[in-house]
Amino acid sequence: MTTNYEVREHDVLIIGAGGAGLRAAIEALAQGASVGVVCKSLLGKAHTVMAEGGIAAAMANVDPADNWKVHFRDTMSGGKFLNNWRMAQLHALEAPDRVRELEQWGALFDRTENGAILQRAFGGHTFKRLCHVGDRTGLELIRTLQDRGVQQGVDCYMECTVTRLLVENGRFAGAFAYWRENGRFIVFKAKAVVIATGGIGKAWSVTSNSWEYTGDGMALAYEAGAELMDMEFVQFHPTGMVWPPGVQGILVTEAVRGEGGILRNKLGERFMEKYDPKRMELSTRDVVARSIYTEVREGRGTEHGGAYLDISHKPAEYVKKKLPSMYHQFKELADVDITKEPMEVGPTCHYMMGGIRVEAETGQSSMPGIFAAGECAAGLHGANRLGGNSLSDLLVFGRRAGMAAAALAKQTAYSSLDNAQMQNAERELLAPFSNKGESPYAIHRDLQTVMQSLVGIYRNAEDLERALNELQMFKARAAAATVEGSRMYNPGWHLVGELKSMLIIAEAVTKSAMARTESRGAHSRIDYPDLDKAWGQKHNIIVQENGEVVRRELPIPPMPDDLKEVLAAQQ
Amino acid sequence: MAETVLRVFRGDASGGALTDYKVPVAPGMVVLDALHYIQGHLAPDLAVRWNCKAGKCGSCSAEVNGRPRLTCKTRMDELPKDEPIVVMPMKSFPKIKDLVTDVSWNYRVNKKIPPFQPRPGADWKISQLDVDRVQEFRKCIECFLCQNVCHVLRDHDKKEQFAGPRFFVRVAGLEMHPLDGANRVGLLKDELGLGFCNITKCCTEVCPESIHITDNAIIPLKERVVDEFYDPLTMLFRKMRGPSEKRNQAG
Repeated sequence: MTTNYEVREHDVLIIGAGGAGLRAAIEALAQGASVGVVCKSLLGKAHTVMAEGGIAAAMANVDPADNWKVHFRDTMSGGKFLNNWRMAQLHALEAPDRVRELEQWGALFDRTENGAILQRAFGGHTFKRLCHVGDRTGLELIRTLQDRGVQQGVDCYMECTVTRLLVENGRFAGAFAYWRENGRFIVFKAKAVVIATGGIGKAWSVTSNSWEYTGDGMALAYEAGAELMDMEFVQFHPTGMVWPPGVQGILVTEAVRGEGGILRNKLGERFMEKYDPKRMELSTRDVVARSIYTEVREGRGTEHGGAYLDISHKPAEYVKKKLPSMYHQFKELADVDITKEPMEVGPTCHYMMGGIRVEAETGQSSMPGIFAAGECAAGLHGANRLGGNSLSDLLVFGRRAGMAAAALAKQTAYSSLDNAQMQNAERELLAPFSNKGESPYAIHRDLQTVMQSLVGIYRNAEDLERALNELQMFKARAAAATVEGSRMYNPGWHLVGELKSMLIIAEAVTKSAMARTESRGAHSRIDYPDLDKAWGQKHNIIVQENGEVVRRELPIPPMPDDLKEVLAAQQ
Repeated sequence: MAETVLRVFRGDASGGALTDYKVPVAPGMVVLDALHYIQGHLAPDLAVRWNCKAGKCGSCSAEVNGRPRLTCKTRMDELPKDEPIVVMPMKSFPKIKDLVTDVSWNYRVNKKIPPFQPRPGADWKISQLDVDRVQEFRKCIECFLCQNVCHVLRDHDKKEQFAGPRFFVRVAGLEMHPLDGANRVGLLKDELGLGFCNITKCCTEVCPESIHITDNAIIPLKERVVDEFYDPLTMLFRKMRGPSEKRNQAG
């Protein structure tokens, strides 16, 4: 049967061509592995391209007092100490080298007066720490990695979607995928896989995420038997556009506040004084998002239900220079000149702190041969991610996963592939053409509405219960979803597969949110508004059992004394 | 709610036709929103390539009322209201389906360009002024609208001899990088066909990132080619001394 499919072999298969996937590919190639990168879009279009504000790395170019220990403390404290402390340590230690490496591969960052890489302030970071290129840092990062990967000889399968991981004898063996262009199937035989597929924002209706963010990689790992962790922690970025309706959710970079932007309600009050007088606008994202939400709910919102974000007190030329994308975005899409008038902003679903549970050093999941890095992996950010820690996450842990996957591949032979698994994957993909249900678009809209209204910034038991019931109904509808047309570049067909991923992950989020009867970081329960010490000692784990989403708990391992001392030094 | 008609190309490499769709118009709506409405309610198999819907990824290029645009940045309220909005795929690339074209040629051209090579002993101190010049080129989001509109590619289909504006911008970014030590001037002249460009500036006009493609990238690169290959004094000098060291490095 296998001969019916196009088959490609690679020591290391990488799913996703954003920052983490490309950095993993570059490292695996450097280790001598043959590498295939599969991505849903064209190369260079992954969600990393939308990252704006910068890469957090304690290089101490602007604030000489900065060092890895302070970055570690900031990350742990921003994550409400639910972080994997070893990941937070490695991240803080290695981020500066990863930035310098980018520069040696051709990236050009903004400079200080003496010609070093310039760093800017960001929420939750004690010092000016974000290396940046205006407000298009992600583009610089992805283009640099893309060119480096291509020159090093990575094989890239563009517009190709993996729908199932193939497993043999309890370990990863390959992947089943289709080409968007013609709908033909392709099978990858590989010794290890690095999942780097990003997040799940498209399950919510107001999101800064691109269409690709449908939780595919997390769902693939889950279905292959790997554990997911801390899925209740979904970050709502405080500042998305709120008007006009077509642009709702589009990101307004935190760099606006980093450069001195001020938040006000419709009465002109600088309301962050009430919620975090010490850090004000540069408080952590969970706090700022809740503050804006509260202002709006209590009737002090702007005309279109947001808050005002104002940078117009800075010189116009400075704003255009440091925030060029924001200037054009508001000018072209909202008829607002941000050098003269305030922006209207409100929370938008932005980032998944939870994801595939991985080992800190290697990025290997609980399933042998399956690695994960970047947003789809859990651990580094705990209950809330600091701005700027995502791009550094991609680089630090993309590299580590690529290295470990290549090392594993060296000691491993290709497994034979199981025909039954491939035939099942094919059958599942073709079913929508003979189904008699409804359009996947209708189900997707309903899913977004439910997640937005019931599993949003503030949660309670009743809403979560309702959401779970709705999700069960969506699952039945999605299983019967039908598509029109052929297998050639058919977005309705593609959405059926993505809907399945989104539904798995939405259920994982909702079940974890229901269990965590406390408020911590990005997870806010109206019915349990306080931190609960017991919940600070454990992670929520999600696994598949008999086809069901099952939740378990996992104690956080004790922190070694040297790291405890680093944390204590702050107080 | 107001309605408008989108007249969209439906078809593939073998042919196709324009199809009309009635779409409700909301304030601030862009053409990509209208295309999404069609997918969501009228034609779920309408092929559209897009990613960010925020003008940052350069995926959703098409020709709107005959003009190459990013559909995510083309507001409905800036187009004539009383006539259908015509949306066609980019003309210079082979059609795959509906608004999606095969842009893989661009990725093949990109592979020909030698990467950034830091000069030995670089101390990585760079002035912001030097960075500014190169950052303009690095703003490129690879929407390929400049490739689509360039007559060398659009009308004369010289894809084998000519790299197109996008890759002159890329080479300019490398050549003008303050710490780069490679030389791509010979490549520009021969393999990338810079000489075919007769600076009509169509590329600059359609660039959504407002990169001064012709003035800041192409013309300075043309000058470098002239300096290196057509300057009579240099030519004489080269005849006497043999090929320059720098060109040997690049070869």
